[in-house]
Amino acid sequence: MSSKNPTDGPVCGPDQEPRKGFSRRTFIEGVGIGAGAVGAIGAAEPARAQSSEPVGPDPVAITLNINGKSHELKVEPRVTLIDALRNRLDLTGAKKVCDRATCGACTVIVDGDPVYSCTMLAIEAQGRRIETIEGISTEDSMHPVQAQFVEHDAQQCGFCTPGLVMAGKAIVDGNSQPSMADVESGLSGNICRCGTYVGVRKAVYDAARA
Amino acid sequence: MQNFEYIAPNSAIAAAQALSPKQGLTAVLAGGTDLLSLMKERVETPTRVVSLRNIAALRGVTKQGGGLRIGAMATVQDLLDSKAAAGYASLLQAARGITAPQVRAMGTVAGDLLQRPRCWYYRNGYGLLAMHDGKALVPSGENRYHAILGNKGPAYFVNASSLAPALISLGAQVTVAGPEGERSMALADLFQIPSSASERENTLEPNEIVTEITVPSASGWKTGTYEVRQRQLLDWPLVTASVALRMRGNRVSDARVVLGHVAPIPWRSSEAETALNGQAANESSGEAAGKAAVSAATPLSQNSAKVQLATIAVKRAVAMAG
Repeated sequence: MSSKNPTDGPVCGPDQEPRKGFSRRTFIEGVGIGAGAVGAIGAAEPARAQSSEPVGPDPVAITLNINGKSHELKVEPRVTLIDALRNRLDLTGAKKVCDRATCGACTVIVDGDPVYSCTMLAIEAQGRRIETIEGISTEDSMHPVQAQFVEHDAQQCGFCTPGLVMAGKAIVDGNSQPSMADVESGLSGNICRCGTYVGVRKAVYDAARA
Repeated sequence: MQNFEYIAPNSAIAAAQALSPKQGLTAVLAGGTDLLSLMKERVETPTRVVSLRNIAALRGVTKQGGGLRIGAMATVQDLLDSKAAAGYASLLQAARGITAPQVRAMGTVAGDLLQRPRCWYYRNGYGLLAMHDGKALVPSGENRYHAILGNKGPAYFVNASSLAPALISLGAQVTVAGPEGERSMALADLFQIPSSASERENTLEPNEIVTEITVPSASGWKTGTYEVRQRQLLDWPLVTASVALRMRGNRVSDARVVLGHVAPIPWRSSEAETALNGQAANESSGEAAGKAAVSAATPLSQNSAKVQLATIAVKRAVAMAG
């Protein structure tokens, strides 16, 4: 099998530690970036990820447009968008749960469509407009979908919530008067183990009309 | 997943030339909704992934010569949004069965056709024929979702495509590109029941890619798809049936009946078609067609329920067409 195992090397692992002082996250990020820099020596081909010449398997320089901001990073071609967001860019809102395009916790919006970021390669997300949960609110104001989640008490443990909010945002962005059936269909790619569906549906339904 | 080199060529021929003629060494990436999961499970371990995302010619769902052209990179959502596809009721009904908006937005129509079987033995590394120590695992194992037709062995999985039954019943053709050029065939000929471990469930060469699917005009045809489901959303159907009926007066003059999730290939049922030809399209002919469709069924130890589900799927698909 691969000489590099587990999949994403040292930067892929559970990452729920408190973010204070010298956290495990800060440490492993440093290792990841260091490794990337070593891999890039002699490569010097940042523009080639989009070309018709093969790139990788060593890290490749890519640019991602996330929440209106451009991010440059080096990733192996196998790195998924969720791992790039969480482990490289510290955008840990989207959650990696099933990692198999089923549960929806990793949902982000790409070019206006909700997508499973666990199942899109970061290298393939180049040139596309990526929206994550971090980009939809400010310090002072929540997005209407978030506000209605609060209003309808639409979460319990909260782990699926960022994905559901983004799936909900994709619904209300495209339709200001969705029926409850539209909402159900639009949320069908997201699973909540606590079973908060009733509140979530009402929240998205009301957010569209807010 | 195992690391790989990545290439995103600008033409279908260049993509085919970037693929290895040897099975398993390289993989084609379109929407990725199936491939990435297979790679994470190490069921697929390509050393090179060839992405089709930069090939503009593969995009779009358009009218073409009175019919429909679906580019290989057109997503399920593209199909649902397309005005050109409006007259293809059974195809749109099948596409609506793919519910997660994330899968609709990412997954392609061609990828739906070429997704690998969902057989849990295959997905857990026992191979397409689910063998262990020279023994077939399915017949004496967990087989409630497996084949009831075309299951004489060594293949027992079911073809997982949602759209193939409708497309085949509509007379679709598929065009594929290899390193030397393109070829076209009836969509039904894209699929095969593997007879040995060296064969796959489709007839593509390892260095061929699908470039487009074309569907003749459905004018004059009544069409319908019915899926029998355990879950209404997100999951694959248990059984699906698509029918296309050409009418002469109020009688069926030409019936096409294709079932999904019952066999290792989308299963065209000549028995059901014979039962419908010359009849009015109604509940009793639909029921007769459903019974005819399963007349040769050979259920495994746990999936005899699928025989009844297939009967009902055909009957209701006829009702939806009528």
